[in-house]
Amino acid sequence: MSPAPLLVSAIPVALLGGVLGLDMVSFPQVMLSRPLVSATLAGAFVGRASAGLLIGVVLELLALETLPFGASRYAEWGTAGAVGGAVYAGQHVGAAGALPVATFAALATAVFSSRSMVWLRQWNARDARRMRAAIDAGSAKAVNAAQLRGLAMDYFRGTAVTFIALAALYPLSEQLVALWGTDAVHSRAVVTALAATVAAGAIWTLCHRAARAGWLFVLGLCAGTAILFLQ
Amino acid sequence: MPANERVAQRATGPVENGSAAPVPLRAALGSFTRLFAVQGSWNYETLLGNGIAFCAEPLLRGLPPERYHAALARQSRYFNAHPYLAGVAVGALARAELDGVDPAQIERFRTALCGPLGSVGDQLVWAGWLPLCSLIALGVFAVGQGALVTLGTFLGLYNIGHVALRAWGLRVGLRRGMRVAPALANPILRDGPAALARIAAVIAGLILPLALQRVIGPGRALAGVVAAIAVVGAVVLARFGTRATGWRATLIVLAAFVLYSVVR
Repeated sequence: MSPAPLLVSAIPVALLGGVLGLDMVSFPQVMLSRPLVSATLAGAFVGRASAGLLIGVVLELLALETLPFGASRYAEWGTAGAVGGAVYAGQHVGAAGALPVATFAALATAVFSSRSMVWLRQWNARDARRMRAAIDAGSAKAVNAAQLRGLAMDYFRGTAVTFIALAALYPLSEQLVALWGTDAVHSRAVVTALAATVAAGAIWTLCHRAARAGWLFVLGLCAGTAILFLQ
Repeated sequence: MPANERVAQRATGPVENGSAAPVPLRAALGSFTRLFAVQGSWNYETLLGNGIAFCAEPLLRGLPPERYHAALARQSRYFNAHPYLAGVAVGALARAELDGVDPAQIERFRTALCGPLGSVGDQLVWAGWLPLCSLIALGVFAVGQGALVTLGTFLGLYNIGHVALRAWGLRVGLRRGMRVAPALANPILRDGPAALARIAAVIAGLILPLALQRVIGPGRALAGVVAAIAVVGAVVLARFGTRATGWRATLIVLAAFVLYSVVR
């Protein structure tokens, strides 16, 4: 994505972000909103699907701990992944700071998008209150309209969050990457260590859900490490 | 019998509770399609309520107008469930409405359904099936596959379970109506979360070193350091996990690292 027509080139990714944000809760929840998918798709939109996949894996490790239980507040990874994927895929190949900066952009977007979901739910509640009389009278038109307005607002939310985040974070990311002073190997290692830490914490929780799961994890870890050394 | 009730007699399958009102196939398909948007107007007051009415509406069209409007109003009130198991509620409640069950009884049944459909779905899907599919996809990436195969594996595998669960829920709800509770004791729903957690634990152990290795790339010598940091960090997160989510903590550490790398 070139800086000059940034706002124009951000539009397709923002429209994709709307679809990905919509998938998180409203429709159709087929997990396009998982960062592994959303970052890869955004990377493909920018012309580098493999770069999108790489940051998608990092974000997926971070998202392993996210359990979207009902009314709890959680990261909305659809738009966050789209921003992370577009920012990372838009940097020069091999730029030392690209991965940490793009991961930072994705997580900053997740804070904003998580908040935007609360606003959407409050808007939906106000809309439902406004329509209460018609809904209580059993009007199918009112029921369907409330549902469709909620879906449309969620799509608009995802599109707006992605567009605003890209407009704010993409130029900043380019500046940060240009000034970056840590070498590529250590930069990647820091991001990987952070993602691995969160993933390990999520797996720790997972292992407590079933008897002997912890031992099975250790067994798998031994096998995985052995394969790594044999490669 | 009114014409619209005769339309509803076109059976799509046997009904297990002896009901005299089978559901037309078109209505069942319409309801199933709408289930994918059941959370479209999710809010903090009625939660899934309007979504349940939205999904049940095609199934209720065979009712006489007065009963149809009363049923739709009843189904739009507060309701909570896991979205993939909402079909159980939609099917069972629509069946009860079609069978002319006493409204007070339907209200009590509706309230009783909320808890189990939420907790069973959360444990089976969000805490079991989703992390398992995610780890398998990370494993596919770890063994060197590209974007298409990795995403295809994840989306294909996950949605086989997802769509099957939604379809099963609506079918069992429509068939059993008010007697749907025993279906929730299905071995997959009861023992599935623990089995999925065990499988996910093995796969997590197997793929984590390989996936991290591929992300690190040229810095192979740092793999051991990364693994050690991950173990210590995971213990710290497990200790303080109730006060800070991992991704938010990562954002703070990453912000400090970005600042350090830019100003050094």
